[in-house]
Amino acid sequence: MRLTKRRYPLADSSLTPVHEHHGEAFAAHNPALLHHFATEEQQRDSASLGMWVFLATEVMFFGGLFCAYLVYRRWYFGDFAAASKSIDMWAGAINTAVLICSSLTVVLAVWAAQTARKALLVGMLILTMLFGLAFLGIKSKEYYDKFEEHHVPGASFSFEHVPIPNHPGEYAVPRHAEIFFSLYFVMTGLHALHMIIGLGIFSWLLWTAIKSRFTPEWHTPVEIGGLYWHFVDIVWIYLFPLLYLIDRHP
Amino acid sequence: MSAHTSAKSPLKGYFAVWIILLMGTGLTVYAATLDLAPYNAAIALGIATIKATLVALFFMHVYHASEKLTKLVVISAIFFLLLLLGLTMSDYATRLWS
Repeated sequence: MRLTKRRYPLADSSLTPVHEHHGEAFAAHNPALLHHFATEEQQRDSASLGMWVFLATEVMFFGGLFCAYLVYRRWYFGDFAAASKSIDMWAGAINTAVLICSSLTVVLAVWAAQTARKALLVGMLILTMLFGLAFLGIKSKEYYDKFEEHHVPGASFSFEHVPIPNHPGEYAVPRHAEIFFSLYFVMTGLHALHMIIGLGIFSWLLWTAIKSRFTPEWHTPVEIGGLYWHFVDIVWIYLFPLLYLIDRHP
Repeated sequence: MSAHTSAKSPLKGYFAVWIILLMGTGLTVYAATLDLAPYNAAIALGIATIKATLVALFFMHVYHASEKLTKLVVISAIFFLLLLLGLTMSDYATRLWS
């Protein structure tokens, strides 16, 4: 094990003379354990608890947008349904599957780190990033189509004579459809930003994994990066039916 | 890669959850093409909630979390989200009552 290049002061480093603090009984314990934690398990739990508190703030962050979406969807249901129908449902469905597959590779990466399988860890991190890039590629194609169709809110927005699904003879109000697309771009855009940040985190994880810095005793960044990635997946699990599937039946 | 797993290996569970999540996605798309009147949204959100719960419990290891505080943070995040959505929507849904 290469312990000298760890990011945090180690229990056996000169910064934390473990023998002076705890006496001989603790002299043989794991050097990756920081001296203010009693056990490795407590150290891991503390790290993931901190991440969960951050994710709770993210729930509130996205929750405000979901709340705005629900209010406007109730007011302008027909217009929202018409606008929703103009988005490519299959692109959204494939992207959902892509993110679910990436969540599997993340959980396998965490397992590989726990069981000291370096090759599997590196492979799963690379696969996760490939799935993430595939998601962003499909997403950018969808954005491109929306730009071409003038469905991006702003001066050139156009949504004339689009029928409301299952209401023959009725047409969506462009101003109301524009609200849908504003929410669509803000919510999927913020989600995509989280994906890009996730790719940055995973690049670092990959680099660190290649340098063999993760061990079964210390792989906290893999676990915590994994929690972040899964959370972003959960946000998409809700975004997909809410934005793509409002009123699709013929 | 999962051929040589020990008895305590969680891999089987991970792959099972993955399959259920993919099937849930397929089911969501299929259900959206059916005319279920007011239940379309309820079914879509119901499936999404089951999927999100599976991800949180098994992929994010909440189910096996030894630290009760982690579960408390998860539950309180959901509670405050429901408070935000529930109170707002009960306001907007009842504004036309008079």
